[in-house]
Amino acid sequence: MIELSNLHKGFGPKKVLDGVNLTIERGESMVIIGGSGTGKSVLLKCVLGLMIQDSGTITLDGEDTSTVERDAFLARFGMLFQGAALFDSLPVWQNVAFRLLRGSLARTRTEAREIAIEKLRRVGLTPDVADLFPSELSGGMQKRVGLARAIAAEPEIIFFDEPTTGLDPIMSGVINDLIREIVEEMGATAMTITHDMSSVRVIADKVAMLHAGRIQWAGPVEKMDNSGDPYVSQFISGSADGPIESVR
Amino acid sequence: MMLTYPLAALGRTTLGFLAVIGRIAIFGGQSLSHIVRPPFYPREFLSALINIGYFSLPVVGLTAIFTGGALALQIYSGGQRFSAEAVVPQIVAIGMVRELGPVLVGLMIAARVTSSIAAEIATMKVTEQIDALVTLSTHPMKYLTAPRVLAAILVVPALVGLGDIIGIMGGYIVGTKQLGFAPGAYISNTWSFLETADILSSLVKGAVFGVIAAVMGCYHGMHSGRGAQGVGRATKTSVEAAAIMILAANFLLTSLFFAS
Repeated sequence: MIELSNLHKGFGPKKVLDGVNLTIERGESMVIIGGSGTGKSVLLKCVLGLMIQDSGTITLDGEDTSTVERDAFLARFGMLFQGAALFDSLPVWQNVAFRLLRGSLARTRTEAREIAIEKLRRVGLTPDVADLFPSELSGGMQKRVGLARAIAAEPEIIFFDEPTTGLDPIMSGVINDLIREIVEEMGATAMTITHDMSSVRVIADKVAMLHAGRIQWAGPVEKMDNSGDPYVSQFISGSADGPIESVR
Repeated sequence: MMLTYPLAALGRTTLGFLAVIGRIAIFGGQSLSHIVRPPFYPREFLSALINIGYFSLPVVGLTAIFTGGALALQIYSGGQRFSAEAVVPQIVAIGMVRELGPVLVGLMIAARVTSSIAAEIATMKVTEQIDALVTLSTHPMKYLTAPRVLAAILVVPALVGLGDIIGIMGGYIVGTKQLGFAPGAYISNTWSFLETADILSSLVKGAVFGVIAAVMGCYHGMHSGRGAQGVGRATKTSVEAAAIMILAANFLLTSLFFAS
């Protein structure tokens, strides 16, 4: 279980997170929605330790993440980055098997390559992609490779940062379905940040809306459309009229 | 009140400059400490060795041969003013080995290697590849910085040694083909004049310049701003800073080795 308590983070005078409280149960798929610049990525980076919060605590299974052993902590996570963040200098299979080629989870190169090809197949890519370089792939293929890398070491927790940004609606649908299938199949805990409502409906068990540095509303995805919260309603409808300022 | 503004601005600039020097010193120390602490990344090291060493050979060779040739011409024409044109082999040798070889190779490495390291790492930063490394339990300093710094420490002295030899060869070609020196006498004068300390100082300078070039590339890459402008600025600043630091370090090392 991941628990965020009274999380604050600012950059100079700008407060991005202003007392975030959120709980993600084990095996649950939590999607965090919110407008651009509301601190969704900052929140995710704080959980992973890529940024340090100004105050507040983040616990993973009751343990404060600021005091845990970093390698063991990170070994439990997989992450799909917004732009896939594949390493340009490595072929696809080495990107996917990055964690399996070094560190505590290291395997032989042959074994790592086999796992990489199996994971590529799982995300719908053929083995001939394995020896290509990321620059030779389309945006959708890069996202799939990023997804294969995120699941390669079979993590307990997977983070998805804007998984469908920059993709056409059909490819977005494919990626959303893949994420849902994989999370269910692995029994992983998932945290996704997005402002793509089609992703929310496919991926989420629960939804939390981040606005003005706080969780404005949180609840099961089925209740999202009838939440009664004007912020959530405006965000879902995509209307310029409502409590969320359209010019931020 | 107005009178204090220039002083305040000077103070802020000085403090900012000192803070950057401090951060670079800490970064350099951390880079060196990661070289000797596991985990090690031999593939990254080999790749850096080839990029910094092998692919710098053409630029180093061409720089050295033209500089050696021009130096021979300058010494000959300048030496004629006081009938000392016969010292061309000795002065080319000492000039190349003690000074021009290491400095020019250092500057070429700053231009070629520092810029490429800074641009590569800065691009990795803006495309979240550095964050991805962290989430994959890989320390960016160990994976990106340590192999490059180690490779530079080892390979830049070798490039400097090679640059020295090629520079002397440039002087030899001009001396024997254009200035009328006897080939045997040119080589023997060069060889007999050089001392072990000259060669050692050259190689030590090479190692120090290698560290500066690699550390500056990595530092500015890791601390780049956002977007294409951030990458461009990081690349430009890294080369400027590396070049200035190489020239300053050259002065300090020359003072240390030869001032007495």
